[in-house]
Amino acid sequence: MSEDTQMSRRDFLKSGAALGGGLVIACHVPLLGPAWGADPAAFAPNAFLRVASDGTTTIIVGKAEMGQGVYTSLPMLVAEELACDWRKVRVEAAPDALAYNHTTFGMMVTGGSSSVWSEWERLSSAGATARTMLVQAAAQTWKVKPESCRAENGAVLGPAGRRLSYGELAAKAAKLPVPEKVALKDPKHYTLLGKPMHRIDSPAKIAGTAIFGIDVQVPGMLTAVIARPPVFGATLKSMDATKARQVPGVVQVVAIPAGVAVVAEGFWPAKTGRDQLETVWDEGPGSGLSTEGMRAEYARLGATPGLVARREGSAETALPAAAQLLQAEYEVPYLSHSPMETLNCFVDLKPGSCLIRTGSQFQTVDRAAAAKAAGLKPEQVTLETTLLGGGFGRRANPASDFVIEAVQVAKAVQKPVKVVWSREDDIKGGYYRPMWYDRISAGLSDGKLTSWKHTIVGQSIITGTAFESALVKNGIDDTSVEGAADLPYPIPNLQVELHSTRNVVPTLWWRSVGHSHTAFVVESFLDEVALALGKDPYRYRQELLAGHPRHLGVLNEAARMSGWGTDLPAGHGRGICVHESFKSFVAQVAEVSLDGSGKLVVHRVYCAVDCGRIVNPDTIAAQMESGVAFGLSAALYGAITLKKGRVEQANFDSYPVLRLDAMPKVEVSIIKSAEKPGGIGETGVPPIAPAVANALFAAVGARVRTLPMTPQRIAAARGRS
Amino acid sequence: MITFHVNGKLHRVDASPDTPLLWVLRDNLKLTGTKFGCGEGLCGACTVLINDLPQRSCSVSVSEVQDKRITTIEGIPASHPVKKSWIAQEVSQCGYCQPGQVVSAVALLKRHPKPTEVQIDHAMAGNICRCGSYQRIRTAIHAAAGTVSKGGKP
Repeated sequence: MSEDTQMSRRDFLKSGAALGGGLVIACHVPLLGPAWGADPAAFAPNAFLRVASDGTTTIIVGKAEMGQGVYTSLPMLVAEELACDWRKVRVEAAPDALAYNHTTFGMMVTGGSSSVWSEWERLSSAGATARTMLVQAAAQTWKVKPESCRAENGAVLGPAGRRLSYGELAAKAAKLPVPEKVALKDPKHYTLLGKPMHRIDSPAKIAGTAIFGIDVQVPGMLTAVIARPPVFGATLKSMDATKARQVPGVVQVVAIPAGVAVVAEGFWPAKTGRDQLETVWDEGPGSGLSTEGMRAEYARLGATPGLVARREGSAETALPAAAQLLQAEYEVPYLSHSPMETLNCFVDLKPGSCLIRTGSQFQTVDRAAAAKAAGLKPEQVTLETTLLGGGFGRRANPASDFVIEAVQVAKAVQKPVKVVWSREDDIKGGYYRPMWYDRISAGLSDGKLTSWKHTIVGQSIITGTAFESALVKNGIDDTSVEGAADLPYPIPNLQVELHSTRNVVPTLWWRSVGHSHTAFVVESFLDEVALALGKDPYRYRQELLAGHPRHLGVLNEAARMSGWGTDLPAGHGRGICVHESFKSFVAQVAEVSLDGSGKLVVHRVYCAVDCGRIVNPDTIAAQMESGVAFGLSAALYGAITLKKGRVEQANFDSYPVLRLDAMPKVEVSIIKSAEKPGGIGETGVPPIAPAVANALFAAVGARVRTLPMTPQRIAAARGRS
Repeated sequence: MITFHVNGKLHRVDASPDTPLLWVLRDNLKLTGTKFGCGEGLCGACTVLINDLPQRSCSVSVSEVQDKRITTIEGIPASHPVKKSWIAQEVSQCGYCQPGQVVSAVALLKRHPKPTEVQIDHAMAGNICRCGSYQRIRTAIHAAAGTVSKGGKP
């Protein structure tokens, strides 16, 4: 990015034109307290901010806040250029309008760790535009040149000590033409960006007043809980709702495509009624599925040629000719996102209109799906985005499952209704991170890695969705091979192949998507290669990454932080890993040991991150801690398995996640960088599983190639070693 | 009719006696700060104080709280050291589990004003956070207690 990015007015208005230029604010969702969103818009030069006559600056954020900090980082981008008083900044959730479409993806979406890089220029320009107009308004008032004035902390300062606050200037600025071009600040003059700022959403969240989707209530609203099929793809054969209807508070029982909805005056009667339903399902072919059977089929496929995702040289001829051949199979299971807030969706369907309130990462898609389900046009549907009690990808579903079913219930009920999922519904409900099987080989000759063949087997997330034509090229779903086909290591003979399997289990992007599995395989196996060559895993990566300064930067920093090479207590081991994802680079060193019962204990994690130019360093640190914790849940515990087509897990007892007593100490170092901004929400996840697996090997000599790393798998690997 | 105090206020509620306290708080009394996470007492998102003791409100029926004193997240003053510390240490991410975390921490500090790492583990391991704010929860508890965090595992 240039130091002074210019953006033409034409470009700027392209995104906002459909809203008719200036005043665009239609939606006030008081997510963070009732007083917010009530200020009059005195000055609203674009879709992203307005300044009230009391100086209150409302910044409208088109990204969903799900913990990653966009309700603070994106306002910081606006406020830096606007030079407003940060203490007077308020945040409002954007309506589902074209102005807030993703600058690259062309629809309203929060995902791909893209919020900061995709909004940097647009929001900086929005702030700079408003600042330019406020300065102009002050200069006109004082009859001086704008160049003799400057903006600072919510006021314009002019010659001879003159000062007018933004609130005082707002009405006058609103009458000025919006400038064609605005100059952005030189980063060396930043006052906000790069400084640790408190989150704007924290006080309401700690007070208990913040509104998540599940908290939406309106007078007369009903609550629905749905009896869902026991097997993916099953359809309802018959039901007996007699007992369900007898539950006090149950008002209606209605069959919809997703199952049978029990509608009641509150969650508890709806859930009780749901549990009293008697249903018979036509299970279809899904009842034949089992993890064991799938695993065998995947392993069989993995030994056959797949579609080629990357080819350099000839791995096929180089591998058999190598002096030493390493071969391994890696496996990872289906994973549930399991955000703490279970899925939910509020719908108020009236003739000719439909209001939806939910935590959506995918407003454009969800709104279109809702319109179709309601028999309305998309413009007749309003989608208000609430806070999300975690998303991790689950609320960006091309199938809009939780929205469509809620509209279908609303059609039957003809009253405002909120569908709420139980935890069991959520864990058994599909849209999992795919199960993957990887077969990988390396050829070593003369102390060098000369060939590498990696065959990946698993379901495509994208195939069969509306995104297939854009994201699946020549049969290769890029999200299946990302992190593997583009590995940074210079290997003269390299082949990456893919088998995309199909079955009825719905899959979806899960925080870090393909990287969640490929980093584990590539970075574990690279450790195996290093050790086979008799090299230190850190030094070996250093050697291979000579041409990759950003990989090398984080690698060296994580190693330095960890005291790589220094002594550890007996039984402890360190493992290292470096991985690029979502335009950012992360290296982690984990220190682990086994406790008396053979359980893995992760003591410390040192994490170095290079995400380019930074906004809020405290959010970056928090996201790295978060990525480590989320990734450890998968590395140590997480697995969705199937038997006779039924998901064997149901709640946090059978699908355990990391708890406080197992959280390692995480130290984060952020590399100072002038590079383009990269992603931060997902990039902390991929490195932790391989860092821990490599550390486990260093500690006890056991290589675990299947996740999660349960005590049983560790014991079995120790028996092999 | 079941009668009990919530945040110092007397409530008379007409609900089926087996209804979990959680849903009476959320659906009848509109106190939505107390969150639903699992319904089985496994995640702690619904933690409230019942007669000053932390309990999972999803697993306590409303009939069991007759004449008892309930404190929810809304009833803990903003000036409470735990709430202040949670903001100062920037614990929240998505924030959904944090009401339960705060209530558990309030109860912990009432029982152990200077908690050890093991006491923190014991009191807080029942509260799941999928965003992984655990390290900051530990730091925030120490800050509220005026003790120094050693941080993480030994």
